Amino acid sequence: MTRTRLLSAATTIAALALATAPAMAQTKFEFWYGLSGDLSERILDMCKTFNESQADYEIVCVSQETYENNLQNTIAAFRANKQPTITQISDGGTVDLMLSGAYVPVRQLMEENGYDIDWSDYNSGVSSYFATSSGELLAMPFNNSTAMFYYNTDALAAVGFEGAPQTWEQVETIARDLKAAGYDCPIAFDPTGQWQWWEQFSAIHNQPIASNGNGYGGLDATVEFNKGKFVDQLSWFKKMYDEGLLVVKSKATGETANDAFINAKCQMSSSSIADHGTIGKQAIEGMHWDVTMLPVWEGTERKNSLVGGAALWTLKGSDAEQYKGAAAFYAFLATPKQAEWWSTVTGYIPVTNSGFEAMKASGFYDAAPYKGRELALASLSFTPPTEYTRGVRLGNFGAVRKEIQDAIAAVLFNNVPVQQALDDAATRSNEVLRKFEATYPGQALP
Amino acid sequence: MERRAFYRNPILPWLLLAPQLILVLVFFYWPTSQALFWAFTLEQPWGGGNTWAGFNNFLSLFGDTRYWATVGRSAFYAIAATVISMGIALTLAMFVDRALKGTRLFQSVFVWPYAIAAPAAGVAFRFIFAPEAGLIGAVNEIWPGIWNPATNGFHALGMVIVCHAWLGIGYNFIFFLAALQMLPKSLSEAGAMDGARPYRRMLDLQLPLIAPTVFFLLIMNLISSFTDSFGLIDVMTEGGPINATEVMVYKLYVDGFKGLDYSGAAAQSIVLMILVIALTFIQFRWVEKRVHYN
Repeated sequence: MTRTRLLSAATTIAALALATAPAMAQTKFEFWYGLSGDLSERILDMCKTFNESQADYEIVCVSQETYENNLQNTIAAFRANKQPTITQISDGGTVDLMLSGAYVPVRQLMEENGYDIDWSDYNSGVSSYFATSSGELLAMPFNNSTAMFYYNTDALAAVGFEGAPQTWEQVETIARDLKAAGYDCPIAFDPTGQWQWWEQFSAIHNQPIASNGNGYGGLDATVEFNKGKFVDQLSWFKKMYDEGLLVVKSKATGETANDAFINAKCQMSSSSIADHGTIGKQAIEGMHWDVTMLPVWEGTERKNSLVGGAALWTLKGSDAEQYKGAAAFYAFLATPKQAEWWSTVTGYIPVTNSGFEAMKASGFYDAAPYKGRELALASLSFTPPTEYTRGVRLGNFGAVRKEIQDAIAAVLFNNVPVQQALDDAATRSNEVLRKFEATYPGQALP
Repeated sequence: MERRAFYRNPILPWLLLAPQLILVLVFFYWPTSQALFWAFTLEQPWGGGNTWAGFNNFLSLFGDTRYWATVGRSAFYAIAATVISMGIALTLAMFVDRALKGTRLFQSVFVWPYAIAAPAAGVAFRFIFAPEAGLIGAVNEIWPGIWNPATNGFHALGMVIVCHAWLGIGYNFIFFLAALQMLPKSLSEAGAMDGARPYRRMLDLQLPLIAPTVFFLLIMNLISSFTDSFGLIDVMTEGGPINATEVMVYKLYVDGFKGLDYSGAAAQSIVLMILVIALTFIQFRWVEKRVHYN
């Protein structure tokens, strides 16, 4: 028994060795990413295309399911010197990477490997998030997005609302009408969706998340989200929740906000433009829906929204050949054909201005199912970035986000007063920031 | 007089001990010393440097009200899970020991839960308890909103404790049954002849006689609830809602791996380690010595 098993294992290995023998000349390198489901499938498609497009390199793409897992696993691997050549780090982890000293700046990588890239072509919102203060991109912009507002046009029409809701006042009226008309769940809300409900809200309403221009001015920034309009916004969430107009849909309740929306159980929801493709594919038969920019309060001067999503960081510790491969992969991603494919199948924005113009010129955005996606770029470039809309530069931002999630949940579920919940969250967030500052003494943001 | 055998060769005993020593060194002392070092420094998540912090990590930990809430929650979790698990296991063992119909079947059936990995059980229980779809969730159709572990912290904590207790029943059952079957039948029979009913015999005869086992299980259950709760919580609630199911071991994980605060997490793991060592110490020094009836 054991013997036959050993034998068959040996045969398998031999067969594998034979099968992969021609590939031995290729340089292999790894790419870890934090997406799952449909988006992960698309990345695997992309890797396959890259591997088939040339013979020198073979990229091995490994899903780590979530951004968070990917960051954790990348750190663990880095500490054990087993890190991939490329890793995908989300917006919130940018500062953690910047100070880690664990990466090769993408600009340097491309120059050393002989690629001439027009860096000024990158969308300004994207580059202000992932670049140094002098504008040098450190990571390759990859899957970038912003938060949008999705709504069920059938339901809205049923209560007599035509067009897209533009203000929170309208959203409130619609929600009330929907409730009166017998819809159980006017708005789907996930307390862990602090990215769309808090960060993007703050940017669009030009509210500071932290001092020092959201942390861009240095590591000694303190959070300020407990002072501005977000306090009122959270009070509004609470009011809507208590009236049953805002319904909690999350992994914990058994149905996520996106799932509730595509099943037509909830009529309005907020999520990334990246989900545009998935929602289009999975929405139940006969359901009509559309997407628009996140609403603002009446009388607000709207600002641009924040870039979300992630960038590709090249980690130290690979050999020169692997870096060549990584550079080739980045160059491949930047080809117009590939960029357009990626943007088409997912919903992520084209990260270069020329890419966007080309897609616009070809009529991509004119008709369903892609119509509406151009609004993401409109939202991102609504105004030139201000001090509080260019991004968030806070160390260990993941922990700060967790504080906000807890504050929102505490207000909704435990009736904690809004101001108190946010003050607590602010105190704790500042402790996180001070600890981060002390962990990197004497270092400045690049 | 005591006779001792000893080796003439001074190296040989060390060689014989080596495999075990290396295991303990690599998998216990090395990580522990690392954790101890991190607990007194500020460790950079990506490596590459750390600064001496003295007792700061511990001071900020002990000055944190949320940490104390976590400690209190862990204590409640430990006691509740232990009492439920041991209580049910003891009851079952008593019945099986009385040789009722189907005893042989129950002997093996009751052990099964112990063979299930905590995360697997967690997934199953998450579905059972899901507020909108699960078996238990069906009560929401009768009384809307009565059960919702997604938003109600008490429900969530209760759910995890029940699951933890359920997993431990098999283990406790085996020990209780073995202890009960070790008791001489004559004692119980004598009690019966004096007119003691089964319940009375259990309280006055069997329970005191298996006290060493009860104390052993008590300590093992407490330790397991401090350390093994992780898998369940991670699968079922991820510490939520609003940290309502965050026990010490889970907070340690969240702070260290999700919050990238390696030093704070190291300090917490030192505290947890001291706690478990203390419990083990009690078990060896106090319980093993005193609770004997021979």
